[in-house]
Amino acid sequence: MEEILRTEKLSAGYGGKIIVGDMDITAERGKILTLIGPNGAGKSTVLRTLIRQLDRISGNIAVLGRDIGSFGGKELARTMSILMTERTDPELITCRDVIASGRYPYTGQLGILSDSDRRQVSEAMELTAVTDIADNDFSRISDGQRQRVMLARAVAQEPDILILDEPTSYLDLSHKLKLLDILKKLTRERRIAVIMSMHEIDLAQRISDRVICIKGGYIDRMGAPDEIFTSEYISGLYGIDVGCYEEHYGSAELSAVSGEPRYFVISGSGTGINIFRRLQREGIPFAAGVIHENDLDYPCGAALAAEIVTERAYEPISVEAENRAREIIKRCERVIYSGCPFGSMNEGNRRLLQYAESIGKLKSE
Amino acid sequence: MSKRARYIIGFSATAALLIVLFAAGLYTGSAALSFSEVTDVLAGKSDDITARNIIFGIRLPRAAAAVILGGGLSVSGYLLRTFFANPIAGPYVLGISSGAKLTVAFAMIFALREGFALNSAGLIAAAFAGAMISMGFVLMISGRVKKSSVLIISGVMIGYICSALTDFAVTFADDSNIVNLHNWSMGSFSGIDSDDVKAMSAVIFPSVLVGLIMSKQISAYRLGETYARSSGVNIRLFRAMLILLSSLLSAAVTAFAGPVSFVGIAVPQLMKSITGTSKPQIMIPASFLGGAAFCLLCDIIARTAFAPSELSISTVTAVFGAPVVISIMLDRNSSKAG
Repeated sequence: MEEILRTEKLSAGYGGKIIVGDMDITAERGKILTLIGPNGAGKSTVLRTLIRQLDRISGNIAVLGRDIGSFGGKELARTMSILMTERTDPELITCRDVIASGRYPYTGQLGILSDSDRRQVSEAMELTAVTDIADNDFSRISDGQRQRVMLARAVAQEPDILILDEPTSYLDLSHKLKLLDILKKLTRERRIAVIMSMHEIDLAQRISDRVICIKGGYIDRMGAPDEIFTSEYISGLYGIDVGCYEEHYGSAELSAVSGEPRYFVISGSGTGINIFRRLQREGIPFAAGVIHENDLDYPCGAALAAEIVTERAYEPISVEAENRAREIIKRCERVIYSGCPFGSMNEGNRRLLQYAESIGKLKSE
Repeated sequence: MSKRARYIIGFSATAALLIVLFAAGLYTGSAALSFSEVTDVLAGKSDDITARNIIFGIRLPRAAAAVILGGGLSVSGYLLRTFFANPIAGPYVLGISSGAKLTVAFAMIFALREGFALNSAGLIAAAFAGAMISMGFVLMISGRVKKSSVLIISGVMIGYICSALTDFAVTFADDSNIVNLHNWSMGSFSGIDSDDVKAMSAVIFPSVLVGLIMSKQISAYRLGETYARSSGVNIRLFRAMLILLSSLLSAAVTAFAGPVSFVGIAVPQLMKSITGTSKPQIMIPASFLGGAAFCLLCDIIARTAFAPSELSISTVTAVFGAPVVISIMLDRNSSKAG
């Protein structure tokens, strides 16, 4: 493992005022390090300090073992490239020329591209899948393409480390995935170190090798994704008080509709998720059961149901659980059956279904 | 049509136009010289001293000045629009020409009162000082407020203040030469001799050349300061150079021809549409050629339209240039809305 960038006791901020202090950050070759944290926590400030566009307030930044201040402009440009959030709209410039500007630190005073410069540009275009729009005007392509062209520009700079500020914000899902896929390729094939900030924690969880959480002026926690992305920690980090972060799906759920349950949902194997979410949207308090704790329906049901009856994993539904569910069904107006399969473990649910039918409350999905 | 073909056609057309206009500049004028008389003088076959003096002493320097100053002004405008990333930023609109005019007027009045003549270098130095003062104000304002409309309005206001002070000084200066000063302060290519042409060449050609050498930096700067810096541009030096060059160019123009309006905005915009690129390697020479042709044309109109009385050059450049500015603004608004 090779360290590309390391900070020690770094404090970043504006005009002498510290926004994020006391940071020890390490970026390794071929690894993706992601900064997450609430809006305004100072992620961009940290990144701008790392790329030397903002003077550090105190502490050290070493790139390839040398203080960043000792690098000349072009020398740093050959080591580090960036993709920032500011929107640039240059007029009348082709995508190829935008990407070729990444060769700036390698060309002479007249900026004439050599064959190897041209090769780097076309390789960068290939890698980011923008070859077919190379001769289009930069101001007339979509936001997703634009972001990939700017990434190609950064790649053409042949950096050891790439720093990106919210590269996926404002892109549609397909472009988000494409961009992240390219980043992964860059780390695997070119062994580039990546530091980026992200708002989409679900994607951050999937792509990052290490995650840094910034909150309240400090690094709140640092670690591998599975140490960071727990319901409890993420809810705390973002101060979630409405709804919750669901760690198994890696996504957010809205808050449950509380109150006396009006509907009872019999489901399992993931067939209940859409029903739960629809009832939540319609504002109907509901109960769910009996759901095994290892069932696909469980995380969503637990987050959204006003009341839920559960059974331990891999155990048949117990008489107690079945009776508890029956009591709730008695109080509900209606029972919804999701059409889930029954087997020996959830035999109890089949009996609950028959009971619901016998008292005329059943509605099949 | 390939990019290269478009550049070649654009350049050839502009160059051809420039040659035609240059010839027209030599063949037209208030003195009644026939076509063959002028041709004879140019071919060196004429013994007519008066005709020779008119052609080589008046018309040729004047046409050359229009070429050099027009080119320089247009390149100055191109550099400024690049610097401010705003197509309406030009030396006239930002008040830089007016600043140069103010200091040149004061220097001239001072020289007249003290009884010595101001040479070309002195004129350029005075103009440069004024250009830098205006530029300083504009930079101060642009550093505080990022809005481009504020920048333009403050530039126009600086221009008004400088013009008011100049008028004030000219009105109260007590010399017969003030008539000259008055003509100059309105903007004109008249009264330029071959020594002036040498002096302006010595400033403008090297400045344009330095601009061309900086093409690589300018090119990188098109993506904005952050990206330019991250690809290794020394931003401080670059910005300082851009300010210095554009001020020097517009100062040299103002020193000899007074403030000339709109060339710095309109010509780069036109050349951009003709060549279809914003590459500085193309745009700097294209702006120079275009500015030269544009000023030649405007000068010919200025002195022939209502001959024998002459219009100020800015009167003519404004007629052609101001609509271009309006179209730029309409264009920008519609592209933002769309």
